[in-house]
Amino acid sequence: MIERALTGDRRYWGWIAALLGVITVGSLFYLRQLTVGLTITGLSRDVTWGFYIAQFTFMVGVAASAVMVVLPYYLHDFKAFGRIAILGEFLAIGSAAVCGLFILVDLGQPARVFNMFLHPSPRSILFWDSVVLTGYLLLNAVIAHQTLKAEDQGTAVPAWVKPVIYLSIPWAISIHTVTAFIYQGLAARPYWMTAILAPRFLASAFASGPALLILICLLLRRTTRFDPGEKAVQKLATIVTYAMLVNLFFVLMEVFTAVYSGIPEHMAHFQYLFLGLGGHAELVPWMWAGLVLAVVALAILLRPSVRSQARWLAVACGAVVVSVWIEKGLGMVVAGFNPSPLGHVTRYWPTAPEVLIGLGVYGIGALVVTILYKTALSVRGEVA
Amino acid sequence: MAVNRRRFFQLTGATALGVASSQVLPAASEERSPGPARPADKPLVGQRWAMAIDVGKCREEEDCRDCIAACDKAHNVPHFDNKKDEVKWIWKEPFEEALQNQSSQFQAERLRHAHVLVFCNHCDNPPCTKVCPTQATWKRDDGVVMMDWHRCIGCRYCVAGCPYGSRSFNWRDPRPHIDELNPEFPTRTRGVVEKCNFCEERLARGEQPACVVACKEKALIFGDLEDPESEIRKVLRERPSVRRKVALGTQPQIFYLL
Amino acid sequence: MHDAGKIIPGLAFFLVLATAPIWYNVASGHGAVVPEIEKPEGQTQCVADAAFMRREHMQLLLEWRDEVVRDRARVYVTADGRRYDKSLTRTCLGCHQSKANSCDRCHNYLDVQPYCWECHVDPRGGL
Repeated sequence: MIERALTGDRRYWGWIAALLGVITVGSLFYLRQLTVGLTITGLSRDVTWGFYIAQFTFMVGVAASAVMVVLPYYLHDFKAFGRIAILGEFLAIGSAAVCGLFILVDLGQPARVFNMFLHPSPRSILFWDSVVLTGYLLLNAVIAHQTLKAEDQGTAVPAWVKPVIYLSIPWAISIHTVTAFIYQGLAARPYWMTAILAPRFLASAFASGPALLILICLLLRRTTRFDPGEKAVQKLATIVTYAMLVNLFFVLMEVFTAVYSGIPEHMAHFQYLFLGLGGHAELVPWMWAGLVLAVVALAILLRPSVRSQARWLAVACGAVVVSVWIEKGLGMVVAGFNPSPLGHVTRYWPTAPEVLIGLGVYGIGALVVTILYKTALSVRGEVA
Repeated sequence: MAVNRRRFFQLTGATALGVASSQVLPAASEERSPGPARPADKPLVGQRWAMAIDVGKCREEEDCRDCIAACDKAHNVPHFDNKKDEVKWIWKEPFEEALQNQSSQFQAERLRHAHVLVFCNHCDNPPCTKVCPTQATWKRDDGVVMMDWHRCIGCRYCVAGCPYGSRSFNWRDPRPHIDELNPEFPTRTRGVVEKCNFCEERLARGEQPACVVACKEKALIFGDLEDPESEIRKVLRERPSVRRKVALGTQPQIFYLL
Repeated sequence: MHDAGKIIPGLAFFLVLATAPIWYNVASGHGAVVPEIEKPEGQTQCVADAAFMRREHMQLLLEWRDEVVRDRARVYVTADGRRYDKSLTRTCLGCHQSKANSCDRCHNYLDVQPYCWECHVDPRGGL
């Protein structure tokens, strides 16, 4: 089946070439990071995690969000998702791969990464996260492969796949829960140590993931003969709306608890993010922009007559993705480190090499998803 | 400079290395007679190592850095011009940051303006060892929170998990930034985490930690909490002491005598 | 087979090219040159016999490493009861005075790159 990704028009190959270009640039800078060290990033003694780990966190959400397509389709027999279920699963595969790579590029000694399995440490959440992420990647690969193969050969999906699909549903929830546990179990970082972090992660994931899927569907509708079906897109839009509302609600609960209780070490992180602290306000415009985008997105999404217009829907989904990305992919990780346990605020901003390595990783994810989508659409004869 | 160390080895002869060594090495090690090292006879053995720091005594010498210098020298701790790459094992913090819960604006000048020594607390319930995904850091049965630099993958989860900011990461190769190389102790490679090791290599030789020995004021008292007759137990019985962030349940083993 | 006339000579050419270094060494006699490590002066015994050390020194060092760092077992006792400090720099290099003529000579010849010296310091050789 996968050989179908080897034929395509000029536009397809142009896109592949562009991705390979981005990946090459990222790889070259990664080689430099390997030889010189992580000093080429903006990270420092006090802000030891940044762009890479934040992208990891954001993309775990995108990976987990496939469940928002899989669950209605397989568990509630919601037929309209029949055409996009596999797109969700393939997006999950690409995202899970991106997550693994972001962890890898963040390691100081990547050659020793297998120490995690040579010396398994069940007390470490990072160990469990690597287990659930690898498992999730495999589950989705098996499910997508089997369903697509059945479609290709015109046969029924083997019976044993059904329980695997059911297993993938709680598994999707688990990957983002365990990812939240990495943070919320640390007594050292009051900003992360909140019971609502996992639910918040899931809410923002179920907003940003399906929003990204809608954007992909709209793009495929324009560039190929693939039609996700209006009902499917509108149902996804409903999911995005509710999830984004819940996400915003959770964020406000966090702010209330920290600000009204007035405990300095809880409040300080919010001050750093939204007002600036100790002369450092790099993230302030971004955080406010993220908030404004969330409100704009909801203003569109909450009115069915507006969100049913593809153009407005695209704007709203773009706003959701960017808003959640700012919250998770930019603010969340750095705010945990500022102020530090000793009360210091350290400037952090990703450097050019750091961003280019990150883009390279995203490029690999996009390449994986492109090849898988091309295969799926070719099997169905829906390529332009 | 794209030439890495191994390549440098191949390019330069023994003469060049000899010249370099005479600059960085103390003469003593060159004079040692050839032969294998004999095992140390009398290591210091304890069941729960801990330290007490007399904040007032330490303050008497405002700019004193004897303990810090001794530690850095003993452990090849590098010094970077760039704060971003910083690595530190023991250093001074303002009283109000180091001992947040004990600080008030009306307390005695000697405390309010004191700079307090901070380093790894060698917690009895260390949050850093729990999070390590490779068991590269763990608590020994004598209480020392150890690191295995051979095993560390550099994920920095322990850095995020330490509530005291005691851990540093090697953002780049530290070797060129070590003032005086001590051949008795390894340097670190880039990409691993490091921190105070309670001078476990000195304990094995029967010596007190380097910072304790270096302090002329005798402001640092190291000893075994399980030994009721030890000096540290005596001083903790007689004088009020505080620890950093006890509310977190980490059970830090560094005591500050006020 | 299609194009057998091209494929078979092609394969043969590839095999000759890929094994060329071996033939070159056989022809020139370079292959017989084996590096000799410098024997420590005034020392007659190692922590184990020479054959074992030649074959297993890396394994022994890895064991020493883990035992010292992780188990605090710093003393190595040989089969005949001699006691040594488990230390690369103090015990191994205590006798083998020159790292360049002991470790490096062989490792360079075999092009193996153990990372011991990225952290451990040659007591006589600077970096």
